[in-house]
Amino acid sequence: MDSKATEAKSLSIAAIEAGLREQTYIADRSLAVSIFLALQLGKPLFLEGEAGVGKTELAKAIGQLLNSRLIRLQCYEGLDVNSAVYEWNYSRQMLQIRLLEAQGKLSERSDDFDLFSTDFLLERPLLQAISPTPDQNAPVLLIDELDRADEEFEAFLLEILSDFQVTIPEIGTLRALEKPVVLITSNRTREIHDALKRRCLYYWVDYPDFEKEIEIVECRCPQASRELAQQAVGFVQSLRKEDLFKRPGVSETLDWINSLVAMNQQQISEAVLEDTLGALLKYRDDLEMARDGVAARLLKK
Amino acid sequence: MGNTENAQADLFLRNLLLFPRFLRSSGLVVTTAQILTLVEAFSFIDFRKREDVRSLLRATLIQRHSDIKMFNALFDLFWKAVPSDKKSLELGQLIQRARSDAVEAPKNDSVGNDEDVEMEELLPTWRRYSAVERLRYTDFAKLTDQELEEVETFLKDLRWSPPLRLTRRSAKTVHGEKIDMRRTWRASLKSGGFPLKISFKTRKRKLRPVVLLCDISGSMESYTRILLQFAFVLGKGLPQVEAFAFSTRLTRITYSLGHRDMNLAIQRLTNSLTDWGSGTRIGAALKAFNFEWGRRVLTKSPIVMIVSDGWDRGDVALLAREMGRLRRSCYRLIWLNPLLGSPGYRPLTKGICAALPHVDHFLPVHNLASLEQLKFVLEDLSRIERSGLKGVSDSAF
Repeated sequence: MDSKATEAKSLSIAAIEAGLREQTYIADRSLAVSIFLALQLGKPLFLEGEAGVGKTELAKAIGQLLNSRLIRLQCYEGLDVNSAVYEWNYSRQMLQIRLLEAQGKLSERSDDFDLFSTDFLLERPLLQAISPTPDQNAPVLLIDELDRADEEFEAFLLEILSDFQVTIPEIGTLRALEKPVVLITSNRTREIHDALKRRCLYYWVDYPDFEKEIEIVECRCPQASRELAQQAVGFVQSLRKEDLFKRPGVSETLDWINSLVAMNQQQISEAVLEDTLGALLKYRDDLEMARDGVAARLLKK
Repeated sequence: MGNTENAQADLFLRNLLLFPRFLRSSGLVVTTAQILTLVEAFSFIDFRKREDVRSLLRATLIQRHSDIKMFNALFDLFWKAVPSDKKSLELGQLIQRARSDAVEAPKNDSVGNDEDVEMEELLPTWRRYSAVERLRYTDFAKLTDQELEEVETFLKDLRWSPPLRLTRRSAKTVHGEKIDMRRTWRASLKSGGFPLKISFKTRKRKLRPVVLLCDISGSMESYTRILLQFAFVLGKGLPQVEAFAFSTRLTRITYSLGHRDMNLAIQRLTNSLTDWGSGTRIGAALKAFNFEWGRRVLTKSPIVMIVSDGWDRGDVALLAREMGRLRRSCYRLIWLNPLLGSPGYRPLTKGICAALPHVDHFLPVHNLASLEQLKFVLEDLSRIERSGLKGVSDSAF
């Protein structure tokens, strides 16, 4: 177990970069450094960026790189202890009582009667991350879109992230033998509290530049011809410089290229662009503005 | 005969309408709705009978038992002060007369100690409130520095309570919509698994966030200080307030206003904002807000208030578009215009005309009374439904 635990720590920065590339995620050096530091220091990594730049993909890639289970906690407003940590399986407990009743064993004190044993405990993501897994690496815990959860949950998360232990009154305190690798993502729809951010290493995931995006396309959409990829990425890069309400992210680029491939296009013509622009721009005002100046931008390339 | 009677009744009514304001100056809350009821009911009684008038006023203006004593004392003073000759009164004169009567009252009145004590209590509040009475209706632009300070103290006393919004969290309640299975089950363990007591839960409600966009351009100069104070007070009173100032650029001022000392905060702001006194481009400012801050600050469907006189040098079409976008992302959009307080003002500038169809409430903000009115409007927001616009879909919440 020890050797596996140190495996994550033994990865060098270059190894991380290469490893992520193998998992079809193109990371630049500063990101690899941040991941490296997060692993070495045992601190959570806080990934902030616009929607669609690849934060969740990164977490998945890291999980595969470290050969660990990926445990994902999707945040939303009103997320509470019962959905995030644990819940008792009430129906099963009730059935157990009925069973004991039917068998006439209700008055005996026996092992069957322990209604609050781990058999009846439903483990939710945070508890799963803490539970020991003897033959595997420490899991990767992805707390996705933390900005969608409310402040009550943030306070609760702060407690867990400091000690990695959960107290269940009926059972006791469960402590993680190995700290999981924690990744927190946020779309910046609200400011996360300083107390939480301070515990983490911060990384802002930005839109990629031309070369990087070409690499991403080649990795993820190998069926697209080189010409098509170049033209498409060039278009998206110049589109991002425009005055849009929501700039298209990397996932939009990939969607668009996949749709072009699906339509058997080798080159982008104005007509095709008109038809498929909805894969890139999701706001009506943006679409109108793009349709007005689209010709100009096509010509630029 | 009928005519002179009517004329007398009119005159009496006009004098009588000073009484609610008299009550207000002594600290009682009297709403316009109550005054309207009073006017309606007036036609049914004989105004020459003093006790009938007392009953009328008490029935329409007083709503709490604890106010009755004060009401009686004030009514007596008022009745004495209203002249028997057929002239109409000014509130200031009325208060003066009443005050002089009150000072004499302990000596002349033979009713008893109770009333004497009340006169004593009423006097100091009168001195303070009669000054405010005048200040309440004076335009901010016309106040002297000292008067501004007095108004500021009253600003601080206003309590804001915007409507609540449903959150996705539940809290336990005694009676509710949903059964709280967890709690019910835990309680049932005591009775061998049979749920004797059923617990309920319901969705929690939180105060809506408020977003304030203040125009600080040259035309708004005389109002800027008091409006910044308004922003400050709002920020103190409500949990989630985001404030922005704009003229040619948009600046977020929420942190600056978070300082404990109001004057210091405003001082800091005045020093840091370099936009003062230039022309306004409301459309561009709103666009900057929507693009940069919209997604961060307009979640949880807030109430957005724009404070501006509408003098715009920028693109009107842009203004209309951004107003539409803003309207669709918030709970209610309120435009506060200090010019609305000026008699004879008509919102005719192109900027305002373009923006108005997207606005839910168009309100004045030129004096203390208008801020009090704003407070009432905020409390009632959830009761007034949003009107639909042609071709624009309504916000669902």
